[in-house]
Amino acid sequence: MPPQQPIERHTISVIADNEPGVLARIVGLFSGRGYNIESLTVAETDASEHLSRFTIVTSGTPMVIEQIKSQLDRLVPVHRVRDMTLGGPHVERELALLKVVATGEKRVESLRLADVFRAKVIDSTIQSFVFEITGATDKVNAFIDILRPLGLVEVSRTGVAAIARGTEAM
Amino acid sequence: MSSVADATSPDLRAELTGSEIVLKALVDQGVELIFGYPGGAVLPIYDALFQQNALRHILVRQEGGAVHAAEGYARSTGKVGVVLVTSGPGATNAVTGLTDALMDSIPVICLTGQVPTHLIGNDAFQEADTTGITRPCTKHNYLVKDVRQLARVMHEAFHVATSGRPGPVVIDLPKDVLFAKGPYVGPEAVKHRSYNPRRVPEQARIAEAVDLLMKAKRPIVYGGGGIINSGPDASRLVTEFVRRSGFPCTLTLMGLGAVPAADPHFLGMLGMHGSYEANMAMHDCDVMFAVGSRFDDRVTGRLNAFSPNSRKIHVDIDPSSINKNVRVEVPIVGDVAETMKAILAEWDRRRAEPDRKSLATWWGQIESWRARKCFAIAQGADVIKPQYAVQRLYELTKDRETFITTEVGQHQMWAAQLYRFERPNRWMTSGGLGTMGYGLPAAMGVQLAHPDALVVDVAGEASTLMNIQELSTIVQYRLPVKVFILNNRYMGMVRQWQELLHGNRYSESYMDALPDFVKLAEAFGCVGLRCARPGDLDGVIREMMANGRPTVVDVAVDEKENCFPMIPSGAAHNEMILGPSGKDSPGRPVSEEGMVLV
Ligand SMILES: Cc1ncc(C[n+]2csc(CCOP(=O)(O)OP(=O)(O)O)c2C)c(N)n1
Ligand SMILES: [Mg+2]
Repeated sequence: MPPQQPIERHTISVIADNEPGVLARIVGLFSGRGYNIESLTVAETDASEHLSRFTIVTSGTPMVIEQIKSQLDRLVPVHRVRDMTLGGPHVERELALLKVVATGEKRVESLRLADVFRAKVIDSTIQSFVFEITGATDKVNAFIDILRPLGLVEVSRTGVAAIARGTEAM
Repeated sequence: MSSVADATSPDLRAELTGSEIVLKALVDQGVELIFGYPGGAVLPIYDALFQQNALRHILVRQEGGAVHAAEGYARSTGKVGVVLVTSGPGATNAVTGLTDALMDSIPVICLTGQVPTHLIGNDAFQEADTTGITRPCTKHNYLVKDVRQLARVMHEAFHVATSGRPGPVVIDLPKDVLFAKGPYVGPEAVKHRSYNPRRVPEQARIAEAVDLLMKAKRPIVYGGGGIINSGPDASRLVTEFVRRSGFPCTLTLMGLGAVPAADPHFLGMLGMHGSYEANMAMHDCDVMFAVGSRFDDRVTGRLNAFSPNSRKIHVDIDPSSINKNVRVEVPIVGDVAETMKAILAEWDRRRAEPDRKSLATWWGQIESWRARKCFAIAQGADVIKPQYAVQRLYELTKDRETFITTEVGQHQMWAAQLYRFERPNRWMTSGGLGTMGYGLPAAMGVQLAHPDALVVDVAGEASTLMNIQELSTIVQYRLPVKVFILNNRYMGMVRQWQELLHGNRYSESYMDALPDFVKLAEAFGCVGLRCARPGDLDGVIREMMANGRPTVVDVAVDEKENCFPMIPSGAAHNEMILGPSGKDSPGRPVSEEGMVLV
């Protein structure tokens, strides 16, 4: 084995043709070669050109990360691959919907914390709230952790979307 | 995806059926020959084939044979090999060959029939999720659901199969699409939107490479199959570089023939069963120039002991091959021929002179390794040594235009070690996947491309049985292919590993109940020959060469012979085992780490 390299987490953006099987190709590449996927988001971003944008959060040694990028770039429908983590300043956001079932003091407390985290209430009953929070992964994680003792029963997250800061476009 | 000129005005041109579009596209791409096997889903294409003369169809006896035949055809010509099979079992039978072509970077296009579009997903008769199954074993694949896309996809597939690092492409064709009518566009109208790999290297990298090469004291050129894939120019340019620099050169299994074996700079093949001098030179070099090779595990041995003191330059058209297993100082993404042109030009521009004095010392060291004569054998009067059989085959065939294919096992390694290839595209073997049963159908494809050449499949008796049905094909098309079986009555390579790693317990590696290969050949309509005595060997080989007919030669060889030298898995290049016993046997047993490696 080569000298042990540290494991790093990278966010990679991919622009690819929005055609049948392209998601399977990307996911198959990760599973077939034993790479990690921490999160993956995808949607069509340019309808006239039929292009989709994937944002993949992955982890591995620098050599593995380099492999992942060149393997992705080699896929025939892939137009561009960009390592957001190495490519200069960028922002990452994800959205989570969180359901809290609680009454009394816990209910009040969850509402107060939602305010601190700038989460929105998007549904409520007398026994429950659904909060919507948007932010970097760490912030979402922190909010989830804090809600856990307060009656958190369900979590739905989108995974990370990322974009570079400044004028440059991918 | 690509743009199709005039796709909006199809009425301007006559419409063709899907089947006609498929055949017209093949003809327009310069295809002359396809290998196939019919079935329900592709009957419309077979019907269209029947009504034309531009394409010749070769009917194989099993779809796996069709893909290997296409590989042999492709590798011996540099053209694309084309395969046509039916849906379901036709497509699944092709999977091994597709994987083989992917691993060895062979351009193959495989047309598969599919159930009609409205039945897809219904578990219909002979339905298989062909694009799903072949996604990981093709470079790319397509399911064509609309006849208006068919011509574009056909041409695009040729572009994908041949550009960058070549590979297999599957086009899945639902039966209704083959009947439907649509417009045809020619190859010129199709341009690929996203897939256009880089061919010309970055000049800055070329300069860095030449810096390193000029200063090298103990250099080595380590060439691979990428040189062959790049085309004959690449072989010529690499050879020119080797001769002008005076550097020693080794080639991988897939690269044999890229530099002539007779060239004194050539140290033989490297890797697990490579020559002592090639592996020692790889281990001790200070600058390694890797050209179209990919640091495969059969080549590197134990990674942390691989060429520990060298700086490395790596030329590959596929960026994902670079820095995959081994970190290199100078990565160069580009086509081998283009890159070698640039390197030679830079070399001239600087009036570069290698460090002759150091080079002389280095060659002195290499000659001392060479003097060990690691492939030498002692041939007695009674039993034929398999190595001797390969040597005689070489000596007797070297003056003819000869192409060699192999099966997989010890015989394959002996052929690689001892047959000497002076030119590229003469050597077809399953390197990456190691597919037993490759050699006979591959030989068939080679013979079709080179009707007047001598084509010999150097085979093992076990491997031969894996695609023996193709003898029927070679008889049908009167292909004078020779199957030269080194019959040791064992899965010799398996037995060798059992001796090395599993206490001589020959679990299921003895080939019991072998057929009489002479009678078997005759039953198919081939000539069958047998040879058991060293003194008879030349006569039998001459007879095989002279008869102009498909021939199986059953050579009874020493059953216990093993293939050396060998780098046991998990060992380093300088820990080679040179022979079966005595002072050359391994000082230490194979490491636990090595045991788990394949
Ligand atoms: C399809 C397939 N199955 C199994 C193997 C594993 N394998 C590698 S070599 C070998 C034995 C080959 O025997 P034979 O063809 O007689 O060649 P020999 O080694 O005796 O020269 C086997 C079983 C393989 N390479 N391919
Ligand atoms: Mg055998």
